[in-house]
Amino acid sequence: MTTASIKVGNDPQVQYLLRLGDSCLILSQRIAEWCGHGPILEEDLALSNMALDLLGQARALLTHAARLDGQGHDEDQLAFLREERQYLNPVLMELPRGDFAFTQLRNFAVATWLLALWSRLEKSGDAELAAIAGKAVKEARYHQQHAADWVVRLGDGTDESNARMKAALRTLWPYFNELFAADGVAGLGPAWAELKPDWTAQFGEVLAEAGLALPKESAYVSAGHKGVHSEHLGHMLPTMQYLQRAYPGGVW
Amino acid sequence: MTTVIAMDQACTRLEAAWEVLRQIPDPEVPVITLDELGIVRDLRETAGGLEVVLTPTYSGCPATELIQDDVKAALARFGEIEVTLQRAPAWTTDWISDEGRRKLKEYNIVPPGKVAGAQPVRLVHRNALTQLACPRCGSDHTEKLSAFGSTACKALYRCLACLEPFEYFKPL
Repeated sequence: MTTASIKVGNDPQVQYLLRLGDSCLILSQRIAEWCGHGPILEEDLALSNMALDLLGQARALLTHAARLDGQGHDEDQLAFLREERQYLNPVLMELPRGDFAFTQLRNFAVATWLLALWSRLEKSGDAELAAIAGKAVKEARYHQQHAADWVVRLGDGTDESNARMKAALRTLWPYFNELFAADGVAGLGPAWAELKPDWTAQFGEVLAEAGLALPKESAYVSAGHKGVHSEHLGHMLPTMQYLQRAYPGGVW
Repeated sequence: MTTVIAMDQACTRLEAAWEVLRQIPDPEVPVITLDELGIVRDLRETAGGLEVVLTPTYSGCPATELIQDDVKAALARFGEIEVTLQRAPAWTTDWISDEGRRKLKEYNIVPPGKVAGAQPVRLVHRNALTQLACPRCGSDHTEKLSAFGSTACKALYRCLACLEPFEYFKPL
């Protein structure tokens, strides 16, 4: 059984929205993998709730992207019928969920990035994007605080939790660079590099509190925002897309 | 004269619809109504019926679609009901009415503090900041169990005096 894949156009504004919308979508899917697997019930609830917020943000962004793309697609088609190279999220979002320390450190890094982004997008000249940001910025604040608590608690915890947090930091560190990588797309919001000072300050503050040293700068920049992904996205998409591929046009 | 009567009827019709709309409970916290929750932004007459403007609470709130269906069903007798979701200005818990807050408290959910004018939350050591009184016994001796509760909009607490758990509607 095959369902034709779709492609979006090269409009820079659509690309900007996809870089953001796909980040929310793919991270939401990764976080949702914790549902039923959280170390304690409270964290199961917290992670599932955060995945839901991200999914809601992704839906709004993809709906808006589809409208600007003008090919008559909807959010579901954009989420489930594109192929790997058409997703523009940074590779960071698609990395396997890892252990609990890895998940919390990534959540903290991404929430801090999104918070810096949403608070600028509230002033976007694009009214719809500004409205989405106005709502999302409040949600990101809760996500950031929650993950920051865990980064401190685990980093400044037992030998085991500290070792796990250090390992997570070593693995994730090179992937953070892509969050600020330029793509030559302007118009809808800030340049990605503009977010770096805020991010670095807040990330550093929490890591210091957690007793974790920042690794040396890495020269590596992953290229998910250009559609060049890690092997992991290719394995994730069939799980995500199965229903739409098997039952084209299926809705809840 | 006829114009006046027509306008009168329109007013009455809209008022009657408001009466119905004000009664619709929130599906997840049924003790308060959608109106008390502050998510009903407007009600307008259209050619074939009515348009209801709602604002979602959280981007990913799974109740949003259920709420739209509830509104359509309750207002069905007024003709075709159109529900518009309006994102801006973003919903805030400051829009929960005083009556809504009273009902939440009676239901043992601590209503949210005011967002407007509140102190910005520090990124680290924020846990020490929120000290809530137990809605059952009034004791300040409480602790947070979970930042996210049975719905995205609530956190779970426990009273260390009466030992009962309670929920807190988070300020947003």
